[in-house]
Amino acid sequence: MSTLVIAEHSNNELKSATHHTVTAAQALGGEVHVLVAGGGCQAAAEAAARIPGVAKVLVADNAAYAHQLAENMSALIAELGTGYDYLLAPATSNGKNVMPRVAALLDVAQISEITAVISGDTFQRPIYAGNVIATVQSTDARKVITVRTTGFDAAPAEGGSAAIEAVSIAKDAGLSSFVGESLAKSDRPELTAARVVVSGGRGMQNGENFKLLEAVADKLNAAVGASRAAVDAGFVPNDYQVGQTGKIVAPDLYIAVGISGAIQHLAGMKDSKVIVAINKDEDAPIFQVADYGLVADLFQAVPELAAAL
Amino acid sequence: MKVLVAVKRVVDYNVKVRAKGDGSGVDLNNVKMSINPFCEIAVEEAVRLREKGVATEVIAVSLGDKACQEQIRTALALGADRGILVETAEELQPLAVAKLLQAIVAREGVDLVIVGKQSIDGDNNQTGQMLAALAGMSQGSFASELVIENGKARVTREIDGGLQTVELALPAVVTTDLRLNEPRYASLPNIMKAKKKQLDTLTPADLGVDVAPRMRVLKVEPPPERKAGIKVGSVAELVDKLRNEAKVI
Repeated sequence: MSTLVIAEHSNNELKSATHHTVTAAQALGGEVHVLVAGGGCQAAAEAAARIPGVAKVLVADNAAYAHQLAENMSALIAELGTGYDYLLAPATSNGKNVMPRVAALLDVAQISEITAVISGDTFQRPIYAGNVIATVQSTDARKVITVRTTGFDAAPAEGGSAAIEAVSIAKDAGLSSFVGESLAKSDRPELTAARVVVSGGRGMQNGENFKLLEAVADKLNAAVGASRAAVDAGFVPNDYQVGQTGKIVAPDLYIAVGISGAIQHLAGMKDSKVIVAINKDEDAPIFQVADYGLVADLFQAVPELAAAL
Repeated sequence: MKVLVAVKRVVDYNVKVRAKGDGSGVDLNNVKMSINPFCEIAVEEAVRLREKGVATEVIAVSLGDKACQEQIRTALALGADRGILVETAEELQPLAVAKLLQAIVAREGVDLVIVGKQSIDGDNNQTGQMLAALAGMSQGSFASELVIENGKARVTREIDGGLQTVELALPAVVTTDLRLNEPRYASLPNIMKAKKKQLDTLTPADLGVDVAPRMRVLKVEPPPERKAGIKVGSVAELVDKLRNEAKVI
């Protein structure tokens, strides 16, 4: 039995989503290999080789994979995949983009966003925006799975020394090309990897006011997030969104400011260890999941909080 | 250019869904059903392309039991030209839906498929990507902007770190994210007109597709309950609790 984990990386850096996915792979038993496909991705491959429990790292270093284009990536993974029982990727925007395509090429179902491994063919996954947890059993011989990273602890980043093997398969489907990207530049930790997250909602009133949250985030080395309402209103960019259709986070501390607590948002953060809610509406649903609730005007409370930290 | 959109009948997004007490499924008795919100965005985008003269025809497809006609009529009222229902009593999983759509794409000679990125019931986020793979098409998933020019689709995608723009050869599959557009409301005259638009019915057998499920749901249950904590009276008390009780700062 063997499992291939598709690494999440930025060519020069391996992302922690990979470490969480390796833990899920280990829960399946059998040998774990990691595929690092990218352009100039040797550093990411070396980092993957240092994860304890990884037996082998495959590196497909080719311009066709530099931007993780789904058409090229899926062709590569489907070809390599015939040698494995399980193909796992984190449920990041890359994983979600590529893996269903892999599953279709292999004529198998995909099991999306698992949060637990029950047995070799049975898994738990949230449905209906996390209001229901389904236990599902796959009847396909080969299983293509995306992993919700908050469901599995991160494997250690150091301690292993797996062999690195180059893969020379070059798949350029010629169907799509990368035009450009605008990535948020920030010195703060990434939302999905941060130990503390400070999020703002519609109550922030505008994007300028997010500076108040940044002051708190700076003190706590926290990432800044937002509710869908705040993103839809244009206060902050889409990559801030925490929720069922945005990012799923589970930090040690989640501070929700001016967020009412729609089901959609709760689905993205309710596995946080400690939740703090600051809202002037004492009936806001966010207080039903908060460990510590403060009914207050955020424009007074947040600066006060920043000063007190 | 022919555009195909798929619309799924799902529990309305305002309904709080619960697992049945015996774990056998989700309680859907007398629950309001609607068009999946991401599918509605797909219909709106297709209709806008037709209004701009880019698309010549918009075909709305739904797959499932007879009741899915309602969601097709909704799409027709929003501006789609005609509908196709693939009728079956079987439970359809994403791979089966992708195969059925592939068969329709081939039959109709479609240049662009726009579907929602996920449905709010199964939360699978698979069908569009699977369809693209089966039909050998390019894909632009999680789109926040779509431009058709020079025989190509330029798609801006919402990705974890921000936005990515890709250029796709046509035919292509685009899956919609929340901020692609804001769907219109159907006007009463358009709802009346929609009733007269063409709606054909096919079966999986007509399309030669095996729709047998690949996955079984063994049980469903509510997620672990999170208990409400306490209200603090001041910022000072909050900081004290976080430091000395929760020990997270």
